[in-house]
Amino acid sequence: MSADSKNVPMIKMSNVKKSFGDKHVLRGVNLEVQKGESLVVIGGSGTGKSVLLKNILGILEPDEGTIEVDGEVTTHVRGRARVELMHKFGMLFQGAALFDSLPVWENVAFGLIHGEKMSKAQAREIAIEKIQAVGLSSMVADLFPAELSGGMQKRVGLARAIATSPQIIFFDEPTTGLDPIMADVINDLICQSVKELGATALSITHDMASARKIADKIAMIYEGEIIWCGDVKELDNSGNPYVEQFINGRADGPITKHSDYARKKTA
Amino acid sequence: MPIAFVLNFLESIGHSLYGLFASIGRIFIFALKAVSHILMPPFFARITLKQFMDIGFYSLPVVGMTALFTGMVLALQSYTGFTRFNAENAIASVVVLSITRELAPVLAGLMVAGRVGAAIAAEIGTMRVTEQIDALVTLSVNPFKYLIVPRIVAGTLMLPVLVLIGDIIGIMGGYLVSVHALDFSVGSYLKQTYEVLESADVISGLVKAAVFGFIVTLMGCYHGFNSGRGAQGVGAATTNAVVSASILILIFNYVLTQVFFS
Ligand SMILES: Nc1ncnc2c1ncn2[C@@H]1O[C@H](COP(=O)(O)OP(=O)(O)OP(=O)(O)O)[C@@H](O)[C@H]1O
Ligand SMILES: [Mg+2]
Repeated sequence: MSADSKNVPMIKMSNVKKSFGDKHVLRGVNLEVQKGESLVVIGGSGTGKSVLLKNILGILEPDEGTIEVDGEVTTHVRGRARVELMHKFGMLFQGAALFDSLPVWENVAFGLIHGEKMSKAQAREIAIEKIQAVGLSSMVADLFPAELSGGMQKRVGLARAIATSPQIIFFDEPTTGLDPIMADVINDLICQSVKELGATALSITHDMASARKIADKIAMIYEGEIIWCGDVKELDNSGNPYVEQFINGRADGPITKHSDYARKKTA
Repeated sequence: MPIAFVLNFLESIGHSLYGLFASIGRIFIFALKAVSHILMPPFFARITLKQFMDIGFYSLPVVGMTALFTGMVLALQSYTGFTRFNAENAIASVVVLSITRELAPVLAGLMVAGRVGAAIAAEIGTMRVTEQIDALVTLSVNPFKYLIVPRIVAGTLMLPVLVLIGDIIGIMGGYLVSVHALDFSVGSYLKQTYEVLESADVISGLVKAAVFGFIVTLMGCYHGFNSGRGAQGVGAATTNAVVSASILILIFNYVLTQVFFS
């Protein structure tokens, strides 16, 4: 399969479906991310963007469809093989998900110490480097996550995601809760991770400025399917009324006509 | 109408029975998975050591107090009861046998279920709800090895130690009341205690303690790991951990007693 490695996408989702009870969140997602590419997924709140990432990571198991990572089918890989597979990934969770029993530096160094079996002293050095790279002072290294602000936690989560220099990095709303200047620092950092490490990135954001800066390609999810996917340069001439409404942030348009928004208004 | 009522009633019984068996099955699979991870490397030694402290050392005051007052009240109660039959001499045997065989392991198990089982369920449940368990997975660490194995190992090994200490403190409590409040002679009380006690009594209590330690930590981990969403989910997980551990301790206590002494 991976003989012709240039054309094998790093991530490929084919007809992935996922429901919680009778709530059909993903209804047949088809998505490809090429090696070294940065794809941004946009879409309304609660449309299943975080669920999409968790399906690829194996935290959630799809009901139907297949997921391929670097040419290998990983849809139902579990146990030790999944742990091995996880070495390829880094993930920034929407809520940061820092380990609150560990100080900041051990959070960042966690993958290095336990995943890559690095010595603690060496891991701490790298951790402090990464903490500085996300715009935090090395003073925070010995604080506990509960002592940090939400935006600072987010940046520690980012440092943790990139600490092991993974091949594939997922960013779930990396700039939410940050001031505009810090948001741009993070955007630069993401671009840098992708370009310098040659990583493949899949990000989720509501922040269109950030999306335009970090994306090579943009995909829009709506009602459990990818309804548009294209180059970031084509974003303004997508010809898709849903995309147009979303990127211009208009209250009137096809999205608000058909979905929950309309139901909520009448309720 | 009455028939529909009866059918509804039977149906709801059927549903809860089905639910009960389903959870027993899930807990059993969870336990098997935990045990299989105990045997396979990698091991997290430092984290396990920390659990030994949390579960073992910090439970000492609670278990010690429980044992002390249980021993004391046992002496007092048997005195008031036994004087009616002129059987005061049996007090030392009653204290030492009840403490080592029954009261120290069961009461320590129940106290630890309240202290440790609740704390484990709340901590692991919060980690589930705030996606920290998912984060562990993405960092190539198996949550069973990192979170669950250290707690179960510490609980199973530390509870017997706690109970052994509880045995000593409980017997001492009975001795203090008998000698200082009830005017028994030091020599005859100690002689009786020594004569009646057999190693099987103590060992059976310690085996019970190991089983209870396993039950408490398993229930804490299981309910925390499968916690529902939000603060409400964590609250329910904590309650379920304590209640199910307590009931299982009482059931297994009966079963083990039957096995040991019949
Ligand atoms: N574990 C779960 N159990 C039940 N329902 C879930 C679960 N995880 C997500 N959902 C539901 O799936 C839907 C999509 O959730 P998701 O978190 O993916 O949204 P999102 O697109 O990331 O939204 P946002 O932009 O607000 O983060 C929501 O309606 C949510 O309630
Ligand atoms: Mg989300």
